[in-house]
Amino acid sequence: MSSRENILAKIKAIPREDSPLPEIPSFGFPMDHKAAFILSIQANKGEVITESELKDFIAINRFEKILNLAKGMESLSTQPLPSDAHELNELEVAIIQGEFGVAENGAIWLTDENLGLRALPFITEHLVIVLEEKALVSNMHEAYQRIGAQHSGFGLFIAGPSKTADIEQSLVIGAHGAKSLRVVLK
Amino acid sequence: MSHPTKASEFLQDAAKAKWHDETLWFVRDKRDTISKTIPEWEQLRELASQIKDNVLANLDQYLIQFEEKARANGIQVHWAKDAEEHNQIVLSILQKHHCKAIVKSKSILTEECHLNPFLENNGVEVVDTDLGERIVQFLNQPPSHIVLPAIHLKKRDISELFHEKLHTEKGNEDPAYLTHAARLHLREKFLGAKVAITGVNFGVAETGEFVVCTNEGNADMGVHLADVHIACMGIEKIIPRRKDLGVFLRLLARSATGQPITNYNSHFRSPAQGKEIHIVLVDNGRTDQLAREKFKNSLKCIRCGACMNTCPIYRRSGGYSYGSVVPGPIGSILSPGLDVKKYSTLPFASTLCGSCTDVCPVKINIHEQLYEWRQEITKAQGTNAKSISMKIANGIFAVPFAYKVTGSMMRGALKILPDSITYSGLNTWGKQRDLPESPKETFKDWYKKNR
Ligand code: SF4
Repeated sequence: MSSRENILAKIKAIPREDSPLPEIPSFGFPMDHKAAFILSIQANKGEVITESELKDFIAINRFEKILNLAKGMESLSTQPLPSDAHELNELEVAIIQGEFGVAENGAIWLTDENLGLRALPFITEHLVIVLEEKALVSNMHEAYQRIGAQHSGFGLFIAGPSKTADIEQSLVIGAHGAKSLRVVLK
Repeated sequence: MSHPTKASEFLQDAAKAKWHDETLWFVRDKRDTISKTIPEWEQLRELASQIKDNVLANLDQYLIQFEEKARANGIQVHWAKDAEEHNQIVLSILQKHHCKAIVKSKSILTEECHLNPFLENNGVEVVDTDLGERIVQFLNQPPSHIVLPAIHLKKRDISELFHEKLHTEKGNEDPAYLTHAARLHLREKFLGAKVAITGVNFGVAETGEFVVCTNEGNADMGVHLADVHIACMGIEKIIPRRKDLGVFLRLLARSATGQPITNYNSHFRSPAQGKEIHIVLVDNGRTDQLAREKFKNSLKCIRCGACMNTCPIYRRSGGYSYGSVVPGPIGSILSPGLDVKKYSTLPFASTLCGSCTDVCPVKINIHEQLYEWRQEITKAQGTNAKSISMKIANGIFAVPFAYKVTGSMMRGALKILPDSITYSGLNTWGKQRDLPESPKETFKDWYKKNR
């Protein structure tokens, strides 16, 4: 008997009472979506900025390696998407279009279509996500309703920059992935 | 070695033990604070519990469905009945790709299967990429906590270790500096690895996708730069529907560290072009546990670690005192299922205060199962009053109905008891193996006077 059959047979042999699968209510949300989303992103150590603040951020830091995949920001791009993600190791700023954001926790949904390469939002030094103000949902239940049966090969909720507290529980931003997250709401 | 013996080793460094206790309590406190911001918190716990009950009742069906969907999405699915088979499957994938070095993100399952030493014995370099796990890997230690692997170490220890391994400045203990050094070191490993291994937080039967949650982004750095992704998944990690993720992702990070969600929550459905994803579905004792009516609920665990952070014994005895891969309250009901003799003292490493049960996001009746294991173990060891577990079982802590009544009182007291009491030999899990002489005034009286 293969291990597959072995495991399945062992489970089948166990007498079990059925237990119904509950329906999940969507639950209310007391706060204004935009206000709550901004607070959530800040709590996750990200920032919500305007388009002109983004331009300042790039200018002040004199970033030269910028890859843009967001709508309407093409002029900021200094390099195209490579075919191999390893070539992104020196990337300073990635600008990506987000699908939608979640007010209760600041999570932003991204799919293969937004990312170009799956490594992009992780390997870049700084991450910028462009999000439409009307693309905000209240909580994770509404988020999964919105995702529905979407067929992307890879989907991702990003809620903040890479962080760790593994050394004496002191929060450090920029563990392996992006050292900062900025969200441009428009 | 028994839990009390190892706990006394931990308590030898009193200052560190106190720090450990207070730090984990702080994490527990953060969990409390954030859970109170969600009016439907208790309803979410109930939903999570019901979903997991449904999973356990239909596990075979969901596994079949998950496999079918995952295969249709281009994922290669493997089944392993035990740790040995799991390790062999992983090795054979590595050999097929002539791979001699891998990166691995946090996976308690691969700890359980002792994958690292197995691969190393077969000539494969394994690099754990979670910062805490990399730290303990450098020390040749297992993680001491399932969410906070290096919580037993102080920054001085890590500074010395990094000075030796990564040539950081001697004496520089700044966490940001040390983390940055690890970032540079691990970046190289990420760029060089052809195969990356991850654990799995949730596998969705409906879609065949699986979800991995991290704050560091290390799982994703590994898998998206590698050609091959191997995901190791215990069969109990299945959930029925995609929308169930809404419930679990709301509960997981809030329960674990008091944050609203982990910063990266990756949903893997099919491999990127030209790449491979493998899933290894592992039993390794889970079907045995499912067959134990009294203990099967332990399989509902989503590994948030909240029961450890809240446990007065865990906080004061450290993860290593348990001697099991999963420590703390949940480890004390899972481990005896794997080897009841080896782990016979673990169900006694509890006050039965019930705090673990109170915080558990999937409502596992942890403290009741601890009590059940005590009965099983006591039965198995006969009525010889001299056996260690009997001695403890006959003590005051073995009266669960009494503790059900006084549970909340006890919880309060554990916070307000002065250090001189909790850290002295009076603590059973501390220096002494036997229960202490009854104090002159009863706890009840003491509490009345001092509240
Ligand atoms: S038993 Fe409950 S509280 Fe403990 S780790 Fe598992 S899910 Fe978390």
